[in-house]
Amino acid sequence: MSGEPAPTDAARTPLVEARDLTFGYAAVPVVEDVDLRVERGEYVGIVGPNGSGKSTLLRLLLGLHEPDSGSAELLGHPARAFAERERVGYVAQDVTEDEKRMPITVSEVVLMGRFPHAGFGRVTADDRERTREALRTVGIEHLADRKITALSGGQRQRTYIARALAGEAELLVLDEPTVGVDAESVEAFFELLDGLVDDGMTVLLVEHDIGAVIEHASRVVCLNREVYFDGDPTAFADSDALDRAYGTNVRREEGGIVT
Amino acid sequence: MTPLVSVSVALISLLSAPYGLLARLVGLWSDGLGWLGERLGIAMLEYVFMHHAFLVGALIAVMAPLIGTFLVHRQLALIGDALAHTAFAGVAVGLFVNSLLGTGISPYVTAIVVAVIAALAIELISEATDAYNDVSMAIVLSTGFALGAVLISLNTGGLAVGINQYLFGNLSTVSRENAVLLVVLFAVVALVVTVTYKQLLYVTFDETAARVAGVNVPWYNRLMTTLTALVVVGAMQIMGVILVAAMLVVPVAAAAQLARGFREALLASVVLAQIAVLAGITMSFHYNTTAGGTIVLVAVAVYILAVLAGKAQSRRAGDEIPERADATEKSTSD
Repeated sequence: MSGEPAPTDAARTPLVEARDLTFGYAAVPVVEDVDLRVERGEYVGIVGPNGSGKSTLLRLLLGLHEPDSGSAELLGHPARAFAERERVGYVAQDVTEDEKRMPITVSEVVLMGRFPHAGFGRVTADDRERTREALRTVGIEHLADRKITALSGGQRQRTYIARALAGEAELLVLDEPTVGVDAESVEAFFELLDGLVDDGMTVLLVEHDIGAVIEHASRVVCLNREVYFDGDPTAFADSDALDRAYGTNVRREEGGIVT
Repeated sequence: MTPLVSVSVALISLLSAPYGLLARLVGLWSDGLGWLGERLGIAMLEYVFMHHAFLVGALIAVMAPLIGTFLVHRQLALIGDALAHTAFAGVAVGLFVNSLLGTGISPYVTAIVVAVIAALAIELISEATDAYNDVSMAIVLSTGFALGAVLISLNTGGLAVGINQYLFGNLSTVSRENAVLLVVLFAVVALVVTVTYKQLLYVTFDETAARVAGVNVPWYNRLMTTLTALVVVGAMQIMGVILVAAMLVVPVAAAAQLARGFREALLASVVLAQIAVLAGITMSFHYNTTAGGTIVLVAVAVYILAVLAGKAQSRRAGDEIPERADATEKSTSD
C-alpha cells in the first residue's frame, strides 16, 4: 500500500476498535457497552439471536450510525470520518432480494471496487486488469459479462467479494452473506473466505449459522445487545454463552447447533 | 470543491460566456440544416424554428435518458414529474414578475431557479425523514402546480393564453435564445455526469455500499436532483410540463429491456430517445400534432417493441442455458 505511516505502525493499529459502544434507534439500546478489537489477519465471526444487534454493530463500526456513547474506529480513524475506505470491502445481507433488476454486468459491479482509487479520474487499464484478476480469484471470470440479476445468490456474493478484492481491501466486512444462498454454495463460499484469510485478509463476519462460524472463524463474538462471549471457537462451543445469549431457544444437535 | 458548488460555478461561467458565440453556433447549425433540406428537398427543413426544434430535441434526447437512467434504477422516476410541476410554478413566477415590473426575464430562467430550489428541498426533506416517499413527492408536485396556477390567475386573463405552450410544449416557439439556453444546460449536465459518473453509478447501484466506500451519498443525491431540475426545464420547451418526465423514464425503461450492462443501457436509452424525438418532431410537423405528445407516443411504441424484443432475447438465452446455478433462487425471485 502507498499509505504514509510506517508499515510497523500500520500493522500495530487494530483494524477495528470499539470502546464502550452504545447505540439505540429509540430509547432502548440495541448495542450496549461493546468493546471489540480486531487485529490484522483475524477472522472474527459475530453470532447472536435475531434482533441481537449484530448488523447494527457492523453498521456502527462502518460509520453508518453515530454512536450514542463510546467510540468506533476503523483503520485507526473514527468510523464516521469515512477515511481510507478503499481498504474496506463490504458485502451486505440480502443482495439476492434485488427486485430492482437494474441492468449492470458482473464486471461493472466489480469495477466499482476501483472507484475509490480512481476518484474523479478515468478508469485505467490497470483498474480493469485488477477487476479481471479479482474475478479470477473468486472463480467467476466466465460470468464477467453476465447481467448480475441473472446470477445465483452464491455467484452474486462472489461478485461482491471480488469487488472488495479489486479495491485491494484489507478488511472484509460481511453482513449475513449467506442469506438466500443454497447449502452447497454456502460451503464453497466459506472455503473461499478461508482461502482469503490464508492470504492475509482480515474478516469480520456476521452470520446466523453458528456451526459455520465455529468451524471457520478464528474467533467468535457472541452478541445479544452486550458481548456474551469473545474468544476461541472451541471454547465458545464448550461454554454456556450461547444458552445465556439465546435464552432457551437453542437446541444442540449432533453435528451442529441450530437456532 | 463540492459537486454542487462546481455545478453552480460552471453554470454561472457558462451563462456569462459570450452569448454571441453560442448564438452563432446555433445559427451555423440552422444554416447547415437549411442547406441540407434544400439539397435533399425536405420541406420541413425550410423553417428556422424546425432547425431549432431538431437541435433542442436531439440534446434533450441525450440528457433526459442520461439522467433518467440514474433516476429510474433508483426508483425515483416520480422526481422528474414533481420537478416539472414546480418548474411550472417557476414559469408563472417569471411571467408574474415580468408583467408586474415590466421586465423581460425569460420564464425558463425563473423556472430553472425555482426547480433547483425545489430539488434541494426534496432532498433535504428526504434526508430529514430518511426516505423518499411518494406522499411528500405528490405534495411537492401539487404544490408547485397549484402555485403556478394561482400566480397565473392573479394576472389578467391575457396570460392564460400563453400558458399552453408551457403545459404542452411548442415547437414553433423555440427561439434562438431558447436554443442557446438548452445548449448551456446540456453542456452543464453532460460535463457534471461525465466527471461524477462513477460516484453516481455507485450510489445508484447500492447506496449503503457507496457510503461504506466513502462516497458522500447526500451530496450526490442533491447533485442528481439538481441535474434533474435542469434537464426538466430544458426539455419543457418542446415536451411541456405534463409530459416532460416521460423522456426521463420511457426510453430508459425500454433500454433496460435490452441491455445487460449499465453503460450499454445508457447508450441504448440515448439511441432510443433520439429515435423517439426525431420521429416525433417529424410526425408532429407533418400531421400538425403537438410535439410532446407525439414524441411520447413514439417513445412508448419503441418501449413496447423493446419489451417484445427483450422477451424474445431472454427466451433464446434461456434455451442456451437450461439450468441456473441454483433452483431456489428462481422460485424466490419470480
